[in-house]
Amino acid sequence: MKKITIEPVTRVEGHGKVTIHMNALNEVVQSRLHIVEFRGFERFVQGRPFWEAPVLVQRLCGICPVSHHLAAAKAMDVIVGAGTGEGLTPTAEKMRRLMHYGQMFQSHSLHFFHLASPDLLFGIEADPNIRNIIGVAMEHRDLAIQGINMRKYGQEIIQATAGKKVHGTGAIPGGINKRLTPETVEHFMNGPEPQNISKMIEWSLGALNFFKDYHKKNRDLIDNFASYPSSSMSLVRKDGALDLYHGVLRAVDENGEKILHDIDYQEYAEYIGEEVKSWSYMKFPFLKHMGKEKGWYRVGPLARMNTADFIPTPLAQKEFEEFKAYTNGKPNGMTMHNHWARLIEILHSAEVMKELLESPEITEGELVVKGDRQETGIGMIEAPRGTLIHHYDVNEQDQITMANLIVSTTHNNKPMNKAVDMIAREYMTGRAVISEGMTNAVEVGIRAYDPCLSCATHAMGQMPLDIQIIGPDGDILDRKVRD
Amino acid sequence: MADRISIYIDKKEYFTTEDKTILEAAQENGVYIPTLCHLPETESSTSCRICTVMVNGRPLTACSTPVGEGMEIDNSTTQITEWRKSVLEIMFTEGNHFCPSCEKSGNCRLQALAYRYQIMAPQFPYQFNEREIDATNDKIIQDHNRCIICKRCVRAIKDEHGRSFFAFIDRGHKLRVRLDRKLGKELTDELAEAAMEVCPVGSILVREKGFETPIGQRKYDLERIGADIEQNGQMKNHE
Repeated sequence: MKKITIEPVTRVEGHGKVTIHMNALNEVVQSRLHIVEFRGFERFVQGRPFWEAPVLVQRLCGICPVSHHLAAAKAMDVIVGAGTGEGLTPTAEKMRRLMHYGQMFQSHSLHFFHLASPDLLFGIEADPNIRNIIGVAMEHRDLAIQGINMRKYGQEIIQATAGKKVHGTGAIPGGINKRLTPETVEHFMNGPEPQNISKMIEWSLGALNFFKDYHKKNRDLIDNFASYPSSSMSLVRKDGALDLYHGVLRAVDENGEKILHDIDYQEYAEYIGEEVKSWSYMKFPFLKHMGKEKGWYRVGPLARMNTADFIPTPLAQKEFEEFKAYTNGKPNGMTMHNHWARLIEILHSAEVMKELLESPEITEGELVVKGDRQETGIGMIEAPRGTLIHHYDVNEQDQITMANLIVSTTHNNKPMNKAVDMIAREYMTGRAVISEGMTNAVEVGIRAYDPCLSCATHAMGQMPLDIQIIGPDGDILDRKVRD
Repeated sequence: MADRISIYIDKKEYFTTEDKTILEAAQENGVYIPTLCHLPETESSTSCRICTVMVNGRPLTACSTPVGEGMEIDNSTTQITEWRKSVLEIMFTEGNHFCPSCEKSGNCRLQALAYRYQIMAPQFPYQFNEREIDATNDKIIQDHNRCIICKRCVRAIKDEHGRSFFAFIDRGHKLRVRLDRKLGKELTDELAEAAMEVCPVGSILVREKGFETPIGQRKYDLERIGADIEQNGQMKNHE
């Protein structure tokens, strides 16, 4: 038996490892994505005063801290009796939404332009010295500049609402700690080119057109690469609209039939279970009523396109209709269409940010409400990578006694493992020597899900890569190392 | 009226009166000497040693040493700066200070001094001492992970009979500050707020008071610690 190890997986957010086992005939018999970091946040948040959770737990991640910040804040809203996402003041809700959609805009931009576009522009098996964001900047200057500026705009929205671009403190239990000034709103609406919302919407449309044009020329890759049917799960607004901040929990099967009927997410534990496997720190969630084998599902941009009935902003709705038409309205199981869905969400986020910035409540109104104290609070949000669950119990002394966090990538554990296995079998079976391009193909499959493998703040610069092919006797048959 | 005298701080002559401490004399002349445990209007506890200066070649605490005619004081030599950094680093490594999730971040004197002295990583090993969080009082929570034993709360927070709400218990490395269980029940909202304010770190927390001041509007977001004293000095010189 040979064993190929890809560690760490590159151009993803965090650290992961892939192992591919091959038999003597060079056939892939098993592939797995391992999550090798242990974080322990659920443990060391215990005992802390509950109002620290939104600021403490966001340190899980340096790319999407806003999602953790807001999910924890939503849970603490419940604890302080401010309701489950609908009881806040208009100012608090709109400021939080602006923060969240700014985060969605920057995180999706980072993912598409910086992490994924090199694979599309240069090809999966291209020279890795070119296949990176610097290569994109050299060969496709306009696209790279747009990506960088779009991310910057989203980051500045986060800074304006949370105080800092990364790890801010805006959301507090029961509300928010600030409003925007009219000058700040004017800056984001009509600031000098390119940092204004009109340019962001224009570039979002441009990125979508770029992808659709690429799709026309590369249908085999985009439609067939690690493509498989699955169930999908996300929050949706009560009327079925795409809503990334708040809603009810819905899941549909591969035929589009509802298998989770718009439930109140405070009751998520009745419907979602988690299975532990010995070879990964990441659990495997499943829908309890469908069992461990059949109850797995996708989350994230592609899943959201499958669960939502419509998108409540005009330009994104038009793109959504085109996206749905491609599969005749049926759920889409094409892994690389995650990128298409992601770009639609970038456009939607820009449109939502414009609506929020135009809203008078963003600059005036009350900030915080509180009611009767509760012992348990559950916050749920659609993070860039998918559904994020924060669940806390708080004692009478205001201390957190239990925390359960189910992050987006955990929901996608089974789908990513499935993608890795499919790609490994297709690209590596029958090959005696494993090329860098082949291992990158496996990573491309993981990247499509935009996994937050735990904490991107650990990573600086180019990550090292160590691939080993281990023979039946444990001998290293082939090894490629990138320092 | 006390006699006017002259002193020298870092070789520069300043005028003051002989009833002052070195710290008071420096502050009225716009010279910043860092403090942590010092609390105006109360007796010096000299416990933190961060205000140590060299007086005629001897290390002494500025908060408790009276000035004298012609006194030569070194406040900003390399040696003194290194001592002060060491004091701060010992505090950071002896306690469990996680600034990112601390309500006091941005208003914390210890953090502000670490920024002022540009401490990037402490030279001493972290102790990771196990400290409890006392959440038994109705008004406040005491996080002993962050306490630097400065005694400010003991000296400042008292009832109308002059009884301290806080006191030291145990000795040596087990020394800690405890809110009197019985008297603590009489802690008012105002005294709880005052206790949180007087604590130079985030050890005393008023219940449900967290992160209400946005980043950018906190005390040391606006100016570095000591800047107010230095600006007063500049204005005085300008006049």
